[in-house]
Amino acid sequence: MTAKKDTSKIDARIPEGPLAEKWSEFKAHQKLVNPANKRRLDIIVVGTGLAGASAAASLGELGFNVLNFCIQDSPRRAHSIAAQGGINAAKNYQNDGDSVYRLFYDTIKGGDYRAREANVYRLAEVSNSIIDQCVAQGVPFAREYGGLLDNRSFGGAQVSRTFYAKGQTGQQLLLGAYSALSRQVHQGSVKLYTRYEMLDIVVIEGKARGIIARNLVTGKIERFAAHAVVVATGGYGNTFFLSTNAMGSNASAAIQLFKKGAYFANPAYAQIHPTCIPVHGENQSKLTLMSESLRNDGRIWTPKKKEDSEAIRAGKLKPTQLAEEDRDYYLERRYPAFGNLVPRDVASRAAKERCDAGFGVGATGLAVYLDFSDAINRLGRDTVAARYGNLFQMYEKIVDENPYETPMMIYPAIHYTMGGVWVDYELQTSITGCFCVGEANFSDHGANRLGASALMQGLADGYFVLPYTIQNYLADEIRTPRFSTDLPEFTAAEKAVSERIEKLMKIQGKRSVDSLHKELGLIMWDNVGMARTKASLEKALVEILRVKKEFWSNVFIPGSGADQNTELEKALRVADFLVVGELMARDALLREESCGGHFREEYQTPDGEALRNDEKFSYVSCWKYNGEEKEPELLKEELNYEFIKVQQRNYK
Amino acid sequence: MEKTINITLKVWRQHGPKTKGAFESYKLDGVSTDSSFLEMLDMLNEQLIKERQEPIVFDHDCREGICGMCSLYINGHPHGPDEDVTTCQLHMRKFKDGEVVTIEPWRSHGFPVIRDLMVDRTAFDKIMQAGGYVSVNTGGVPDANSIPIPKVIADEAMDSASCIGCGACVAACKNGSAMLFVSAKVSQLAMLPQGKAEGARRAKAMVAKMDQLGFGNCTNTGACEAECPKNISITNIARLNREFLSAKFKD
Repeated sequence: MTAKKDTSKIDARIPEGPLAEKWSEFKAHQKLVNPANKRRLDIIVVGTGLAGASAAASLGELGFNVLNFCIQDSPRRAHSIAAQGGINAAKNYQNDGDSVYRLFYDTIKGGDYRAREANVYRLAEVSNSIIDQCVAQGVPFAREYGGLLDNRSFGGAQVSRTFYAKGQTGQQLLLGAYSALSRQVHQGSVKLYTRYEMLDIVVIEGKARGIIARNLVTGKIERFAAHAVVVATGGYGNTFFLSTNAMGSNASAAIQLFKKGAYFANPAYAQIHPTCIPVHGENQSKLTLMSESLRNDGRIWTPKKKEDSEAIRAGKLKPTQLAEEDRDYYLERRYPAFGNLVPRDVASRAAKERCDAGFGVGATGLAVYLDFSDAINRLGRDTVAARYGNLFQMYEKIVDENPYETPMMIYPAIHYTMGGVWVDYELQTSITGCFCVGEANFSDHGANRLGASALMQGLADGYFVLPYTIQNYLADEIRTPRFSTDLPEFTAAEKAVSERIEKLMKIQGKRSVDSLHKELGLIMWDNVGMARTKASLEKALVEILRVKKEFWSNVFIPGSGADQNTELEKALRVADFLVVGELMARDALLREESCGGHFREEYQTPDGEALRNDEKFSYVSCWKYNGEEKEPELLKEELNYEFIKVQQRNYK
Repeated sequence: MEKTINITLKVWRQHGPKTKGAFESYKLDGVSTDSSFLEMLDMLNEQLIKERQEPIVFDHDCREGICGMCSLYINGHPHGPDEDVTTCQLHMRKFKDGEVVTIEPWRSHGFPVIRDLMVDRTAFDKIMQAGGYVSVNTGGVPDANSIPIPKVIADEAMDSASCIGCGACVAACKNGSAMLFVSAKVSQLAMLPQGKAEGARRAKAMVAKMDQLGFGNCTNTGACEAECPKNISITNIARLNREFLSAKFKD
């Protein structure tokens, strides 16, 4: 793999050897740091979600000195907490034919053959250890009456491999990681910095050596030094303003890395989740996800006749009044083999297709039904309540309708971003000594992530991959003494951050931060959303640039930059979302094919499925920053499929 | 079909932990009853920004009732008048046209105000750090199915584990006690075989830390359970007391 030396091509440093042995081989031969030296090495971990908290806790347990940062008031609030449905593992406890290979294969196929084989295999390989680890921490996974662990099915798989804790799996896994982290804080190996936001990375002689962060309570800019920096700050879905992400989720750390030389990979790959509560109005601040697990028992449909949809939209007809033969269970019709459990990208596009064709329901016509009446008849209301009770309650509180009695209304929304900071096999970015884990990196999901795989990847990276691979780097740093934050690189980085804040505060224009963010979001949804075309993407690039100019000349931020200032926090993030939006549009424009979450209308099969072009686009797009005034440069990491046969995805 | 209401808001404004706070009144018109309570506050903040004033500071993040960040005391109730919801899941259809809505921060000795409606809840993290975990390192643990756990016990542990750490229990309690929060974690881990081994140590360490941080005593008024957005039961407190007493006996 390293034989070809082409400067425009990127080397992922994948170990040689058979697929199933690469990770063991790597671990057997990698460099390690001895216990006495670990104590002398500092590691900054930014973010306390599944990836960040598990990494910080595990590194602390090993004996490293860890500094862990989060923007929330407590590590337990990171948005991993909101993941509902479950976590995949290849345990094969159900004896239904699962294996490490099958989980690997499903994930590669689910990602539409745009992920690295070696990474995905490793992910599947460590998946089982994650479940063991979580159970040992006291995570109360759902169990059968016999006392053993229960599983459910998720999209894109024909086995039941998803472990869950009611509809609160993310919460329970994060609380597990948070408890491990808390234990390390107690033991003194991890120091927590809550309500701190990273605003830049400090690079000294080509190596990541620290960060600049803002204390969100006092507004003070502070410097932190370390031997390595780990970024675990999640995805960039909030570029769309309305998404299932938390209000504070942002892409700023990723963009700071990008601007200091880290490649940003596959920005076009964003996942639109098919089952979210539809938009209610202009003042909506976020979208709420209804777990994919609901598709285990819920059936998705729209009316068969347009006039019925129209009557429903006008409030003249109720869905429960519609006879069975007048309902179109379009996923079951189009995809008999996977039915309601097709992958997310497929289900989202199918919903959009029905609504665009005039069959949508709800006041806006931008909704389809997710119906539990069959499941309630078959299993009884109590069983359905035991499985999904908290989700039903959440739905009722938001929509004011009872899903036990009338079908839920759902519509796709931006949920997860597969793209992110480029990392090699060791999870190291193109900045030496800077690592990136969890959703923030791009590595394992290709062009589409399967349900219940985000939790798996976050914890795989944090518990079982990074604690090994980072030592391969740190082993060469044992002679490097601790850094002073008085070094000129720190001073320069802090000065740049202060100037950026000052510049924003000085604009004193007329537009609120949110109004500009919403404007960007609409441009993204309309032009860089579920269905993209050359024309829409070119339009997006022009429009984003217009909003960017408007932002930097007309934003209004009240208060002071040297104090707590929530509007300034938002403004700093929106400035970076504008960069991400542009990268997304640029990447989507260049990728003249459809794959996974990236759907170009020009490239589809006669029956509307995504049409890949493996000859031209079987690569990871890696964008390199070339300064504010210049366009970013595209570099390619070729994807070589050595072990599996690349095929057209088929869920029929 | 959208219905809107006009309301008056009485909001606690306080610039910093040491400055004196006061209520300020704001009028807000045209609030959609489909909006969430926090979306209504977003509208108010947009209005304030338009008037070139500083927006109201409040904690919020996931806006789907699970992160535990939002923490408003609305018309005398933590998380407001609706049952079993966090502030972010409270919707404006619960309010009437012309209503005066009073919003305060969590008020408790254990949670000092940072600004306006934002309070400092790091005390909860400190209690967790004192012992809210099973002492296992990453790796080297047995297979997940090696210890069967009866479904009833797993389900009950899950109910205790549903606590989101928002602090409504403390805010609701006239003594400012954190017993519901502490007992939920102690119970979850004490019920599971994985957590039993250090159950006594955990109960003692967490209770000691809670006392040290200035949280009040539990006098069984049950306000915490009534206001808990996640329905955490006070039977957890009884369980904690049992764990704690048996630990003390062993000393």
